[in-house]
Amino acid sequence: MQENKSENKIIITVYGADRIGIVAKVANVLAQYNVNIEDIKQTIMQDYFVMFLLGDISKAEKSFKEIKEAIQKAGEELHMEIWVQKKQIFDKMHNI
Amino acid sequence: MSYINADSILETIDMIRVHHLDIRTVTLALSLRDCCDADVKIAGEKIYEKITRYAKNLVAMANEIEEEYSIPIINKRISVTPISLVGESCKEYDYIHLAKVLDKAAKDVGVNFIGGFGALVEKGCTRGDIALIESIPEALKQTERICSSVNVASSKAGINMDAVLKMGQTIKQAAQLTADKDGIGAAKLVCFCNVPGDNPFMAGAFHGYGEPECALNVGVSGPGVVRAAIESLPEGTNFSDMANKIKQIAFKITSTGELVGREMAQRMNLPFGIIDLSLAPTPEIGDSVAGIFQAMGLEHAGAHGTTAALAMLNDAVKKGGIMASSHVGGLSGAFIPVSEDAGMIEAASKGCLTFDKLEAMTSVCSVGLDMIAIPGDTPADTISGIIADEMAIGMINKKTTAVRIIPAPNKKAGDKVVFGGLLGEAPIMNVNTLSSSKFVQRGGRIPAPIHSLNN
Repeated sequence: MQENKSENKIIITVYGADRIGIVAKVANVLAQYNVNIEDIKQTIMQDYFVMFLLGDISKAEKSFKEIKEAIQKAGEELHMEIWVQKKQIFDKMHNI
Repeated sequence: MSYINADSILETIDMIRVHHLDIRTVTLALSLRDCCDADVKIAGEKIYEKITRYAKNLVAMANEIEEEYSIPIINKRISVTPISLVGESCKEYDYIHLAKVLDKAAKDVGVNFIGGFGALVEKGCTRGDIALIESIPEALKQTERICSSVNVASSKAGINMDAVLKMGQTIKQAAQLTADKDGIGAAKLVCFCNVPGDNPFMAGAFHGYGEPECALNVGVSGPGVVRAAIESLPEGTNFSDMANKIKQIAFKITSTGELVGREMAQRMNLPFGIIDLSLAPTPEIGDSVAGIFQAMGLEHAGAHGTTAALAMLNDAVKKGGIMASSHVGGLSGAFIPVSEDAGMIEAASKGCLTFDKLEAMTSVCSVGLDMIAIPGDTPADTISGIIADEMAIGMINKKTTAVRIIPAPNKKAGDKVVFGGLLGEAPIMNVNTLSSSKFVQRGGRIPAPIHSLNN
């Protein structure tokens, strides 16, 4: 069950000033890289737009590093701060 | 059901980007016991080959993991078998040559420090041990990345006062030979009591006996995270609740270190050794153990109550951290280096924090008198007296203690030394000028203490 391995899950966190097309742009990059979106959540915190996206990279052909760079490039174009991390760090840190 | 826990994600990101959570070091611990040879040149070749073979991917792997979890891995380092053991089979001792070999190997694999240029002499010195100790000042002068540690006492063996006397002279000489850099040689030299053989932090890291062929040890950090956690509590929160909060945050810090350590070890095909859950500060603002004392309610580090605050912090960090990992080791507590902690530097500069208070604090912290600059004209015998006191605290309390002090050449109390980087800067602190000479020159050993009647 390659797809369900936790090491294949990534969390993308996007924040900055709200504007049109943020979700579309990030989702477009993920589609290009064959990253499946499993969940999306978005909120406004202290006037900032924050979006969380859970992706699965098990079917992606490119490496994590290349995918991350592409997402971050999209973030720069949107003037948003973007973090791309393997989900394991959150699972490990917040669960006993 | 949603897989995304927004609060957890934001908390983690905040810990990293605002409060300086990082993996302080991934340290490859490596035995060099199979590198002994009668010919020092051949021993050197074996050492170089083994280190570069095992560590060739260390930096690349650390960078890869740093990228995947977006958590900085600040230092990549190597610790090796105490070199006195490796070098004493040589017909002619040439520890300087071995130091240069270690330095070159460290440079070629891209690590900033390599630890283990040292000896374990708590009960007595072999000929090789003496030769190594005598070579330390020159070795530190001629190399860039070597760290040296000498264990001169233990709760089981007592204190080797001959070694303490020698180390006072060695520290002084190490500083003098590097006078052009404020005596930085002494900043890479540490004396221990009850030294752990799996510590990943410099300058005291080495690969102890009883350790496997190799292992990957990890040291975490996060004083800023602990401070923020305490500050998030309602004002006047009592000690029980504050201790619980520290435990929770220590768990999170340590879990992250464990994840990184295990991933690194797996990818490098090495056994995972231990995680050292020490709170290691840096000179950066907001990454300070002294800042934790302020968050707890003390005006500054050094105020009455600091020792109690440190004791509680140290204990809570251990209790929280130990839940997060199956193998906790090394020094695992709170470090209180002066020059490497912005809050401690400030407290010392203002005169709030004295040498004597620091000594008291070492009885409850994880290590000891660390990165303290003292006047350059401090006699070697006084330094030996300082070491003897610190070793006594460790020996009696069955804990690790250490001394890393820098008698800064040509500087006096009130002046400043600047090492830069993680080693930071420090004001020169006053030490007691009364003579310790006749005491430390008696020679022999202070006997091991009785392990009952603990009063």
